[in-house]
Amino acid sequence: MSVDTATVKRVAKLARIRVSDDEAAHLEGELNAILGFVEQLSQVDIEGVEPMTSVTEMAMKKRQDAVTDGGKAADITANAPNSEDNFFLVPKVVE
Amino acid sequence: MTLVDTRTPDPKRLIAGATGDWEIIIGMEVHAQVTSQSKLFSGASTSFGAEPNANVSLVDAAMPGMLPVINQECVRQAVRTGLGLKAEINKKSVFDRKNYFYPDLPQGYQISQFKQPIVGEGTVQVAVGPDKKGEYEEVEVGIERLHLEQDAGKSMHDQHPTMSYVDLNRSGVALMEIVSKPDMRSADEAKAYLTKLRQILRYLGTCDGNMDEGSMRADVNVSVRRPGADFGTRCEIKNVNSIRFVGQAIEYEARRQIAILEDGGSIDQETRLFDPGKGETRSMRSKEEAHDYRYFPDPDLLPLEFDDAFIEELAAGLPELPDDKRSRFMAEGLTAYDASVLVSEKAIADYFEQVVEGRDAKTAANWVINDLLGALNKAGQTIDETPVSPDQLGAIIDLIKEGTISGKIAKELFEIVWSEGGDPARVVEERGMKQVTDTGAIEAEVDAVIAANPDKVEQAREKPNLAGWFVGQVMKATGGKANPQAVQALVRQKLGIED
Repeated sequence: MSVDTATVKRVAKLARIRVSDDEAAHLEGELNAILGFVEQLSQVDIEGVEPMTSVTEMAMKKRQDAVTDGGKAADITANAPNSEDNFFLVPKVVE
Repeated sequence: MTLVDTRTPDPKRLIAGATGDWEIIIGMEVHAQVTSQSKLFSGASTSFGAEPNANVSLVDAAMPGMLPVINQECVRQAVRTGLGLKAEINKKSVFDRKNYFYPDLPQGYQISQFKQPIVGEGTVQVAVGPDKKGEYEEVEVGIERLHLEQDAGKSMHDQHPTMSYVDLNRSGVALMEIVSKPDMRSADEAKAYLTKLRQILRYLGTCDGNMDEGSMRADVNVSVRRPGADFGTRCEIKNVNSIRFVGQAIEYEARRQIAILEDGGSIDQETRLFDPGKGETRSMRSKEEAHDYRYFPDPDLLPLEFDDAFIEELAAGLPELPDDKRSRFMAEGLTAYDASVLVSEKAIADYFEQVVEGRDAKTAANWVINDLLGALNKAGQTIDETPVSPDQLGAIIDLIKEGTISGKIAKELFEIVWSEGGDPARVVEERGMKQVTDTGAIEAEVDAVIAANPDKVEQAREKPNLAGWFVGQVMKATGGKANPQAVQALVRQKLGIED
């Protein structure tokens, strides 16, 4: 598997990262090198092997259904570049 | 998902176009908010209508380093819903990240389930109708899957000329996305499916089903085709928030697509919005760029696994569901219509069950449906607000059965109990509403009416039906308190009408 410049630019756009044409050409090489390494994994025979989801044998931790958090709207919005009455304010987005 | 056509084209569901008939194909994705105290992956409250950003934890705001921990009640609710939809429960499911950017999604991804949902295929029996004869048509709608996912926050665009306001209170609330198969063929079927789904969720107590508060929303997929042809290209109408609007959106969208196809055009697969004000759907232009959600398993979450014992315990605790209740009511002697009305809401069914205890089912159903629900409807009240308790209504029915009051007086009694309350037996006693069963007293009235109307007596000998007129006169003279059967018998006897 390999990527071309157009794919690099599309992935960058989806990730909201600005990439110039020069950078895209450079990234194309870097990404293809990484994909090349990953490609080697496909040589391993994984017939009948369950995908590994954790290095330790453990079950997912679960919580009881109780309200233990919240009530700190001012803290939540404290770092926002713009807020009003504990709402976040962002440049207008309308469907 | 492979699309399988489970239905045979039915002429009465087809829409006539300028160039022939068309069939509508409908599938639905319903987002139902899971009933729980706290969110899917955080301990913040799910309560509706809180102050902006008051129900937000650092997890919901996607602050760096925060990790999600699943709420086990949400898992239980999803499994219970799956059982209620007669669906396959997956003992192992996986949470994935669905990546996209929007201001009300602080993580930059929604935690959802993609390839391995918690619930697989199931079915919902939908009753479409009643028609003019009070009959229902049964349609089976397949369920493709149900998965758990996070809700996003809420944006408001009308508060400021250049800015949108974002409230993350809903961010992270657990949703069940319930995906149907493309098994519906008319707006009525789609409305009936959504109604039934909501009914099941409410019986289970897994979602409150309040569409106006956004706790249940539907994305409707609509396409049209010539009857029996391959499926056409579909459009998805997003976030329709009432059952009535679902019907309107489908009707409009089907007409729009038929018009394009009949003009020789083709349908673009796209996402559309329903505008309730105009009754139209319109394209969501901002989403023109093709979606690429780049799903991948969420590395913060292990697979969700449980055993058969967990499922069996939940299955054993399920309440009786509307279909079973309806069948039981019909087995107890109710018509399909009566049974359907009574099971439409769990609170109504519960009320009826209290009234019917030790009483005749049909009589109890008539009183609950015609009198109680009729009065509630007129007063704009719900069953939870009823001023007449099941015990009071039961007592009224008992008074008729014992012959203490007539059916006509019972209606008056119901109105008194409705507006003033009180023990029905005592009201009857205090206000002298008791039925006159003393034959002597009734006989005197019958004699008086006969004596005063010799001409009618003469006619009645020719036309026995006139006996009814005498019965009416006697009832009037006794203020409705005479036992109508006793009056009837005496009148016929005195007029010499043979039975």
